Amino acid sequence: MTAPVTADARLAAWEMVVGLEVHCQLKTRSKAFCGCSTAYGALPNTSTCPVCLGLPGALPALNGHAVELAARAALALQCTVHPVSVFARKNYFYPDLPKGYQISQFDQPLATGGHVDIGVRADGSPIRVGVTRVHMEEDAGKSIHDRYPGVTAIDLNRAGVPLIEIVSEPDMRSAEEAGAYLRVLKQILEYMAVSDVSMEEGSLRVDANVSARRRGQTALGTKTEVKNMNSFSGVERALEVEFWRQVGVLEQGGTIQQQTMLWDGASGEVRPSRTKEGSHDYRYFPEPDLPPLVLSTDWIRITGENLPELPADRRIRFVRDYRLGEYDVDVLTASPDLADYYESVARAHDDPKAAANWVMGEVLAQLRSTGQGIDEFCVRPQDLAQLLNLLRDGVVSHTAAKQVFARMVATGDPPAQVAEREGLIKVDDDAQLAGWLDDVIAEHPLEAERYRAGEKKLQGVLIGAVMKKSKGRADPKKVATMLGERLH
Amino acid sequence: MSAGTPRTSAAALRATVRDGSVTTGATVEEALQRAHDVKAGMDGLNIFVSLDESFLMDHARGAATQLADTEPGALLGVPVALKDNIASLHHPTTCGSRLLKGYVSPYEATVVTRLRAAGAVPFGKTNMDEFAMGSSTENSAYGPTRNPLAPDRAPGGSSGGSAAAVAAGIVPIALGSETGGSVRQPAAFCGVVGVKPTYGRVSRFGLVAFASSLDQVGVFGTTVDDAARGLRVIAGHDPLDATSVDAPVPDYSAVATRSIEGMVIGRPREYFPETLDTRVRARCAAALARLEAQGAVIRDVSLPHTSLAIPVYYIIAPAEASSNLARFDGVRFGVRLEGDGLRGMYEATRTRGFGAEVLRRILLGTYVLSAGYYDAYYRKAQQVRSLIADDFTKVFSSGVDVLFTPTTPTPAFALGAISDPYEMYMSDIFTVTANLAGVPAMSLPIGRIDGLPIGGQFIAPHFEEERMFAAAFALERALGAEAHR
Repeated sequence: MTAPVTADARLAAWEMVVGLEVHCQLKTRSKAFCGCSTAYGALPNTSTCPVCLGLPGALPALNGHAVELAARAALALQCTVHPVSVFARKNYFYPDLPKGYQISQFDQPLATGGHVDIGVRADGSPIRVGVTRVHMEEDAGKSIHDRYPGVTAIDLNRAGVPLIEIVSEPDMRSAEEAGAYLRVLKQILEYMAVSDVSMEEGSLRVDANVSARRRGQTALGTKTEVKNMNSFSGVERALEVEFWRQVGVLEQGGTIQQQTMLWDGASGEVRPSRTKEGSHDYRYFPEPDLPPLVLSTDWIRITGENLPELPADRRIRFVRDYRLGEYDVDVLTASPDLADYYESVARAHDDPKAAANWVMGEVLAQLRSTGQGIDEFCVRPQDLAQLLNLLRDGVVSHTAAKQVFARMVATGDPPAQVAEREGLIKVDDDAQLAGWLDDVIAEHPLEAERYRAGEKKLQGVLIGAVMKKSKGRADPKKVATMLGERLH
Repeated sequence: MSAGTPRTSAAALRATVRDGSVTTGATVEEALQRAHDVKAGMDGLNIFVSLDESFLMDHARGAATQLADTEPGALLGVPVALKDNIASLHHPTTCGSRLLKGYVSPYEATVVTRLRAAGAVPFGKTNMDEFAMGSSTENSAYGPTRNPLAPDRAPGGSSGGSAAAVAAGIVPIALGSETGGSVRQPAAFCGVVGVKPTYGRVSRFGLVAFASSLDQVGVFGTTVDDAARGLRVIAGHDPLDATSVDAPVPDYSAVATRSIEGMVIGRPREYFPETLDTRVRARCAAALARLEAQGAVIRDVSLPHTSLAIPVYYIIAPAEASSNLARFDGVRFGVRLEGDGLRGMYEATRTRGFGAEVLRRILLGTYVLSAGYYDAYYRKAQQVRSLIADDFTKVFSSGVDVLFTPTTPTPAFALGAISDPYEMYMSDIFTVTANLAGVPAMSLPIGRIDGLPIGGQFIAPHFEEERMFAAAFALERALGAEAHR
């Protein structure tokens, strides 16, 4: 009789190995091989033409912008972009695949051999995930099984939408690492402005290859492919569930079947897909309707030189230029739009740390409460910088500044105008301050007496009352001085 | 049968419409009358799959007044028949298949747009071997077309209907398509001119694909000049076809009187095997003698990989076809035959919708692309294909201007005479090489055997159609009436 095996002991015995295949929709206006719109949410089958419907006689013509975005993504992932790549047909029958084949790339992909650093080990070395390849392909349409009883509806708006598939090496060793890879990847693609990277809208899709092996073993175990995750946390949960399912099978002396598993987020289970993915023979061959994709080495070099700033570079620059801490930099560079916003504020105001505090505090809190994105935020960075200037110059108090900000959010007006209109300009006029102070002493005779008797902690209460009476305009330092003089 | 009687050329038709002595309505009416006279209908020659007479008349009458005010097009008022695999509005585009019975394309092929822009009238859709797979037009779901010169004979194929429409004198120009000789072989069988342009010369947009790397729209003409004018109108770069080439399109008719003095004409020995019909050989020799008499230099040359062309073709063409024809699945257009579930629907639609030859080639193509066989068949075939193309490159770079060969080993065979697919495949033995190499080639009549036409073939380097036409004009002129005797 062996002792019960604890979760920790099992984890010490077994290692997870993960490789990810990420499909990412390129942010083009028109489809990969025709002029149809790629806009999300159009009425079913309205963004279609003879080409993407696969009508007899129609031919594909490659969208050059899609190539540029794909190359940009590949270069950002440190891949080698090849001067010659070849489109290939992946043949299979499905009602939402109009031509009976998908135009993809096979043995000569656009780019190979990149990597992504997803974190740092204890010894300071990067945790690096290899990017096997980045290739271009078109999306299929959408089969809708649950909308009309007894029939499958097909929407071909997505058919022909340009995608890249980013295939990683099996370099991740835990669900957390897989999650970290996806977050870093998403951030890079966002920074490169190549995709909307939204799993909800289907512009980012993740399939995971996962296997389990005994720690210390170098050979890979038999893998399964897990599909149907609709969030990064879903990917992490699905990987955990599938890994432990495999470990359970292996511990019983069983073997893993190479198969496709579908994640059910609602029940938190994986179950085998009915379609036998492994038995497909896609009969790939070079797409005869498209000549090989030839990119000049100059074009590749110039595209690489003109890449937007990578998130890692931006983080380094924020530390250097704005003297921000790691935490602040991570928050502020989370998305390129937020980083741009912060940078505009910081450039128009001389205290980058104050700018960081305001963006991370007031701005993000405001966005969280409304669910807006920074790109939809009505307070322009120049206006926020001006508000910070008013605060720095003592024109408004800190309390008033927050009120001004709230009014700016509500009205979109510039801060000076708001402060003026709302009467929030700091008052340091002695007579006015004295008047408020006298009123407060008159209204709070007990507290005033106790303060005079030496109960100095009541200072806060009295100053607070003045601030309230002055609607935040009173200069609290000056009020404190005057209070000390008045009640000694 | 009144085929072979003098007909009005495209150039003459255009001139009469342009000077106002004849309207487009009248030219269309005349063509329709001619179709009646030669019994082009289903119970006669069966040339057309669809020919909507009242639509054509209404359309042509409208066109006559409309075009009179505008710049006269290069084919003003000329009726041009279209092979039924070229997408056109109004008339169905069935590809000779049961699966596409009644299918009307919602868009038209680039070549059709160009014809209309030049003032031509798309004139019905002509019969063909199903999806262009065949060499006799017997593989049509709508019955075989008969050869207008000998109705018990095949017109050749797969563009048999278009060849017959020109041979019967209904239209001076018709469009066909080539994958392995489907314009030149029927042109030879029907005694008309047939041109396969350089791959990439003419847009394939709207040509229903058989084998994309081989397909090319081709032109039939009563004369070399008709074909030259037809090609000039449809040729040129098309952004909708990524394989079309942006190269200038010369006026091919302009070389009609160009001298061929000093032109080096290669006679490839592989196209004149010992087994070649002696009468075909004699006709070719006579044609070469005429060319020599005009100052051409005849040189014996060799294209050593010629014998591999048929096997290579029957790997590459079916492989591409198996993929190209996947879209005919009953889901979005054409005929749907119900079965048990999705898979049953696919099986019923495709098994019963396609004819035997199409099924044979889909199976063949699926096999050669399958995992484990790809390298042995498809990849190997592509390697041999480049050897065949190299043969042409070498011979043309050795100072040879054009090649001359017989178009087919025999004249038109009797309908139903060939039942063995392999024997049928061999009728394209002299034509598939040009498709594999992508070079331009054309067939023109060089005489008859027992009343059946024989075609002679010129083959030129890539985009040197002009040179090929110059040789063809010279031979046509030199042969005169002998070409049809």
